[in-house]
Amino acid sequence: MQTHRRFDWDPVFHYLTLGGGLVLMLVVGAIFWELWQGSQLSLEKFGWSFLVTETWDPVSETFGAASTIYGTLVSTLIAMLIAVPLSLAIALFLVELAPPRVSALVGGGIELLAAIPSIIYGMWGLFVFAPFMSETVQPLLAHIPGPFFTGTPMGIGMLSAGFILALMILPFITAVTRDIFRMVPAVVKESAYGMGSTTWEVTRKVTIPYGIQGIIGACFLGLGRAIGETMAVTFVIGNRHEISASLFAAGNSIASTLANEFTEASEDIYLSSLVELGLVLFGLTLLLQILAQWWLKRTRRKMGGGL
Amino acid sequence: MRERSLARRKLTDLLVRIISVLAALFGLFILGWILYVIMARGVGAINWAFFTELPAPPGMMGGGLANAIVGTLLITVLASLIGIPLGLLTGVYLAEFGGQSRLAEAIRFCSNLLMGTPSIIVGVFVYGLIVVPLGDFSAWAGAVALAIIMLPVVARTTEEMLNLVPDSLREAALGLGTPRWKTTLQILFRAAGSGLVTGILLAVARVSGETAPLLFTSLNSPFWFETLNEPIGNLTVTIFNYAMSPYADWQAKAWGASLLITLGVLSATLLARTTLWLRRK
Repeated sequence: MQTHRRFDWDPVFHYLTLGGGLVLMLVVGAIFWELWQGSQLSLEKFGWSFLVTETWDPVSETFGAASTIYGTLVSTLIAMLIAVPLSLAIALFLVELAPPRVSALVGGGIELLAAIPSIIYGMWGLFVFAPFMSETVQPLLAHIPGPFFTGTPMGIGMLSAGFILALMILPFITAVTRDIFRMVPAVVKESAYGMGSTTWEVTRKVTIPYGIQGIIGACFLGLGRAIGETMAVTFVIGNRHEISASLFAAGNSIASTLANEFTEASEDIYLSSLVELGLVLFGLTLLLQILAQWWLKRTRRKMGGGL
Repeated sequence: MRERSLARRKLTDLLVRIISVLAALFGLFILGWILYVIMARGVGAINWAFFTELPAPPGMMGGGLANAIVGTLLITVLASLIGIPLGLLTGVYLAEFGGQSRLAEAIRFCSNLLMGTPSIIVGVFVYGLIVVPLGDFSAWAGAVALAIIMLPVVARTTEEMLNLVPDSLREAALGLGTPRWKTTLQILFRAAGSGLVTGILLAVARVSGETAPLLFTSLNSPFWFETLNEPIGNLTVTIFNYAMSPYADWQAKAWGASLLITLGVLSATLLARTTLWLRRK
């Protein structure tokens, strides 16, 4: 038989596919290496104080990341505070209340929110949502006492950025939560209903406790996305390197600072500081991703497949 | 359970139901609002010149975004040429060879990390990797950045889709003496075909709307490109620059470009979702 003499391509194919996987690993390693190398200048000059200094002054070449880290965290926190309850409510509607067809349609519509490009959210945010905020929502919120809702209602600022971020991560959290709600065994729910519980009681006392681990995992995923979201935030956050308690005030995030200033950075130390901002952001998302994956893996083991 | 009056319990339940319906309506409303605004403001900017002419100088009326449209298509095609084969290879490795081995788990882990890495970080990375050594922003750099973003998406869907192919098919082919590579490419790929196409389509749709990684890699240009080693015009960075400009005409063009991008991305996503949905039925 001739086939015996034919060259065996299988090992080649095996190693070729392995090569693809190794390239992927290499890319992740290289990203870290590149960011680390690029931020050496800034690391040497500012050290740890970089993380807690508020000054960001290209003229005197003094750079600190405090305002950008603050902005990143606060806008993300606002986004989570809005997106998590909304997502839970939508998931509840999709799983418990809507007939299957309506559920598929509405679910599909919500998922489409995830397909709209970030820059479109930015345009809409700047030209449509920000004016709506400054004319309608912010004057109302201004009546609430305390330091959070003070200052000129400009429309752009931390609150608007957080809200738009919430819209962007809403579909992800909703999708995962919906799947989790669906995984709760019917028997468990039915026995609660049999005892005369209302839908809300079943959700609060059975469904949510049953799926809480998965829901937390979904939140981590949403958080990871919100923290690095760039274009939408860049349009509406206002781009000011100052920390202010008021949510109406303009601020910035790591991602928006990079988007705005990276191509303008002429001095080496300026560029290096921006790369260090990138390193901080990369570190934050890595941490969240690792936490989320570890958590979801644990949950999966406990709850079985399907997640 | 603490005793509470039935009326109060029912009222709470009703309230929650109303909130939950309102939340769903709110989500749909936002989707409708955004789509409506893009349609209403974008349609006016779209005309023949929009597709055929170069941008007018700042402050002047007229002109189009022909170069940016071609640029976006070109960068996306280049990115696909790099990202899709690599993603497919990785996916095949994970599904067919890697299994639960440590190496495969490590690759899976990295793939998830990469998927969660903000796209602007990929932009900064490619800036250091390609733009700085070569001395100029370029179409290539943009394509590499987008390819890196596509990579984990394609890899993951490929693995998932190949896992859906029943093992009996593999065993049958291998039992007949078909080599592994042939089994994978000719039999498994055919069986998983529509799923793979869907994954690729979703990845392409996702990167064609990306802006952040292009800001420092391809940059933008108001002219036609001559080589792939120079800054190249593209729709998303044009939207960014035009929207922030003070010129009404430029802002109108940004809306037109938004409409174009949204239509492209949404139709690709819808197409992919429906195929996937029909397949699962």
